[in-house]
Amino acid sequence: MATPSITKLEPFIGKRIRRKEDPRLITGTATYVDDLQLPGMHFAVVVRSPHGAARIKSVDIAAAAAMKGVAMVLTGRDVADLACVPCGASLPGLRVPEHRLLAQDRVYYVGHPVAVVVATDRYIAKDAAEAVEVDYEVLQAVADPEKALAPGAPAVHPQWPDNTAFTFHQEGGDIEKAFAEADVVVKQRITSQRLIPSPLETRGCVAQWHAAEKSLTLHTSTQVPHLVRSLLAQMLGLDENRVRVVAPEVGGGFGCKLNLYAEEALTSHVAMKLGKPIKWIESRRENFLTTIHGRGHVDYYEVAAKKDGTILGIKVKIIQDLGSYHQLLGPAIPTLSVLMIPGLYRAKSMCADVVGVFTNCVPTDAYRGAGRPEATHGIERMVDILAAELKMDPAELRLKNFVRNEEFPFPTATGLIYDTGDYAAPLRKAMETVNYTELRKQQADARKHGKLMGIGMSTYGEICAFGPSPATPAGGWESATVKIEPSGKVTVMTGVSPHGQGEETTFSQITADHLGVPFEDVLVQHGDTAIVQYGIGTFGSRATAVGGPALYYAIQELIIKIKKFGAMLLESDDVSYANGQCTCAKTGKSVSIKEIAGAAYRAMKLPANTEPGLVATYFWEPTNFTFPFGAHIMVAEVDPGTGAIDIKRYVAIDDCGNLINPLVVDGQVHGGVAQGLGQALWEQAVYDDNAQLVSGEFMDYTMPRAHMMPWIESGHTITPTPVNPLGVKGVGEAGTIGASPAAVSAVVDALSPLGVRHIDMPMTPEKIWRLILSKTTGSNA
Amino acid sequence: MIPQQFEYSAPKSLAEALALIADGGKPLSGGMSLIPMMKLRLAAPDRVVDLARIAELSYIREQAGSIHIGATTTHHEVESSAVIRAKCPLLAETASFIGDVQVRNLGTIGGSVAHADPSADYPAALQALEAKIVIKGAASERTVSADDFFVDTFTTALEPGEIVTEVIVPVEAASTGTSYQKLLQPASGFAIVGVAARIQKSGGKITLARVGVTGLSNRAFRAAATEQALTSGTAVQAAADVVAQAIDANSDLYASAEFRAHLAAVYAARAIDAAIRRTS
Repeated sequence: MATPSITKLEPFIGKRIRRKEDPRLITGTATYVDDLQLPGMHFAVVVRSPHGAARIKSVDIAAAAAMKGVAMVLTGRDVADLACVPCGASLPGLRVPEHRLLAQDRVYYVGHPVAVVVATDRYIAKDAAEAVEVDYEVLQAVADPEKALAPGAPAVHPQWPDNTAFTFHQEGGDIEKAFAEADVVVKQRITSQRLIPSPLETRGCVAQWHAAEKSLTLHTSTQVPHLVRSLLAQMLGLDENRVRVVAPEVGGGFGCKLNLYAEEALTSHVAMKLGKPIKWIESRRENFLTTIHGRGHVDYYEVAAKKDGTILGIKVKIIQDLGSYHQLLGPAIPTLSVLMIPGLYRAKSMCADVVGVFTNCVPTDAYRGAGRPEATHGIERMVDILAAELKMDPAELRLKNFVRNEEFPFPTATGLIYDTGDYAAPLRKAMETVNYTELRKQQADARKHGKLMGIGMSTYGEICAFGPSPATPAGGWESATVKIEPSGKVTVMTGVSPHGQGEETTFSQITADHLGVPFEDVLVQHGDTAIVQYGIGTFGSRATAVGGPALYYAIQELIIKIKKFGAMLLESDDVSYANGQCTCAKTGKSVSIKEIAGAAYRAMKLPANTEPGLVATYFWEPTNFTFPFGAHIMVAEVDPGTGAIDIKRYVAIDDCGNLINPLVVDGQVHGGVAQGLGQALWEQAVYDDNAQLVSGEFMDYTMPRAHMMPWIESGHTITPTPVNPLGVKGVGEAGTIGASPAAVSAVVDALSPLGVRHIDMPMTPEKIWRLILSKTTGSNA
Repeated sequence: MIPQQFEYSAPKSLAEALALIADGGKPLSGGMSLIPMMKLRLAAPDRVVDLARIAELSYIREQAGSIHIGATTTHHEVESSAVIRAKCPLLAETASFIGDVQVRNLGTIGGSVAHADPSADYPAALQALEAKIVIKGAASERTVSADDFFVDTFTTALEPGEIVTEVIVPVEAASTGTSYQKLLQPASGFAIVGVAARIQKSGGKITLARVGVTGLSNRAFRAAATEQALTSGTAVQAAADVVAQAIDANSDLYASAEFRAHLAAVYAARAIDAAIRRTS
């Protein structure tokens, strides 16, 4: 029997399709929080501490409250009965300071909220905020985590004079034996400095109280609208189903909007009290001072190895600067570093001790990579240092120690099961791309001519697709709903909350291919708890790797129902579904999805045991994380006169499994590399001894910009994960994780003839110049 | 990032502007420094007098061996002016190093000079060029040398009520070689150290050397010791090495005083070398 000719729809997965999101972003027609204007809306401004540590003697709001246009001024006393800002991290013995919405009797960091002023417009509110008079008794502050641990250091929280929030120990294998059997042990102190996430859009929210319905709507710039809804309802004592949280267009997050902040609750509280819509928009200065920072590690590494380069064991002591309070996940972040310590290597023994330290600084929390960049930076630096000690080529040493392909699934010393891998493949591809052997010859030549040329590399692993629910604080599954409308158009509602990652496009591609509908017919909705079923959100390179499979399974469920309607319309028991058509095997007749949708909603007739409509919702629980990997190589030249670093080449080979949209993947890698190089070369949040943020403006804090970037040669190897049916592993953080160790490796390699083995970030010209000077003249300049 | 309330005036004539400024108005000429300061509430003028609409302040004119540049001429106009590129290339080159494209499209020479940021680019070139600054008030008019104009950090020879109306630079002899070299602070784009050099040679000897330095200390200055060393036949690096002599170097997050002094010598040598190569 002749089969009917059905036009095979072109697959969309794997194509470099331009993003559906971009036209509205490029033309400035997207709606961000600050674009919202509501009738009667008032504006809130927060009065903040100018001191790192102080006792509040008095707060005088009289002058501010008397100003024309000021509707309300609240101080710590007014919110003393409200719940605290939540900490979702649970560690044994974790000390959790009471984190009130406004400071009570003391302030703990510069920027600490002390009062909130609400007025009819933002100018009046700001003037009134300046009229609030706070009398402080300034106390001694401590900003450096190692100084905070020293005996006699000022206590950040007086009840805990050792400034220790928690300690955490984990070991695997037999670390004693590993070090006893070692031919060589290398040690190094390695820091990963505090960084300021700096999304282009700062935080901000608009809260609206509907008194008659006892319901609250909060528009907020967040990565996790459902989580914010649950936490906010708890804090304010509202019914969860009467709180609607909307993440409108969100201009970047990088982890810093994976949180519930005091201002979100404060704005909501004021809206409820005043009965007016309230807008609060964070200024850039406030963003520097009060949105979470990232990183903040001082690590002490020891690696034990045999003479032939076989790594036996890794020990690390991690000092995590937590700042003054815990935000949502802060204390959990360094435990992710611990999990990542084995890197891509086979070493079966490890031992990690973490101490979480209070300082008079803004809290640290998840920032692109969240714990994994710190660990990868450390372990990759140590592998280079071991290679230098053993006089081995750093690539050769890595290839020798990688987990072998036949060893997957590979149980690590930290209790993870690496899903799949071919760790040598991206390194070999990167080496071929730069012609490594030839490059080493060029380097030898350059050195003869006195040039400081370096070739650096990193081979990194990641823990992505967070994650199996038992391993996460708030559930690690993800949800999707797929609706075929009566007209045949398809609406997807995803529980992830894209804010630059492009899932409106990539999820349309997945839907187009797996449901067999035109790409243009798919609308992806997200970020509104009144529209979308409960979801977890976007962070930890999880959106496509967990939200994608949820969508895939929702589509599969829907196809079962589509086939039932198809069978009914075709009057056959034997129908198949492909390319948007249900086809009867016997007759070859087919009906389109549009016809099926029409029949499913018109419901003149229904298949047996089948209800009208075409909607499916799927909550998908992953069985494991995914473990992407890759290799970066950077070539650089150092100017001995100025210490300036010139990046000559940058190659990034990533293995994130199957690529849904290589254009979007490249974008993620490029942005990630920019942030990794930012940390390696320029960025640092600097607090002085009084815990004042010295790098508190873009005039002082060097954000990497396009013209500072090298040409990034990105490529891929593809090892699909067996953890999910799409074979995708996540790519949001890969670039950041791979870049900083590759950059330091390159500069250290350039200076290695002088005896340099390690440089801490950021590698500023003055640091490099002093290092060269000290190695060439023996002076410390 | 919300300024205090202020009155905004945008007069179309200089006389009108000077009257408003005499009355306490703060001149705004591009706003690349004043606006950020107002947003941070580090400056809170009651009245801002925007000079942008005063046609008589925007010009580039060659006149009797000099080039006269109106105060509201933007960095981009200086950078791309055929007259300046041909006859005072040092100034065009320096303008091309200022900030980024947006800053160069809005920022003006008068605004930059009057603000006297110790890390601004123009002052190094204006010192090397022995430029003149024309100052006007409601009832005054005078011309001062660049060296007398730049007094200290954010401090100039301007008296209350006065503004910069014009910058005068010489038409360069065709044989002169010039260069501006700078290490920029990557966050702000300002000069950590910037050196402007002008060199004339005759019979293989340096006959004229002018070296202006910015970023190193509280004010842009002419490096007299380096200039003398060059005209008395000292090698370039040795001459450059004395550029920071007796200078109290600035220190900040990005560069310590010691590093700045070192950089000044490095960049002085680079600027002088480049200028020598460009002599004919």
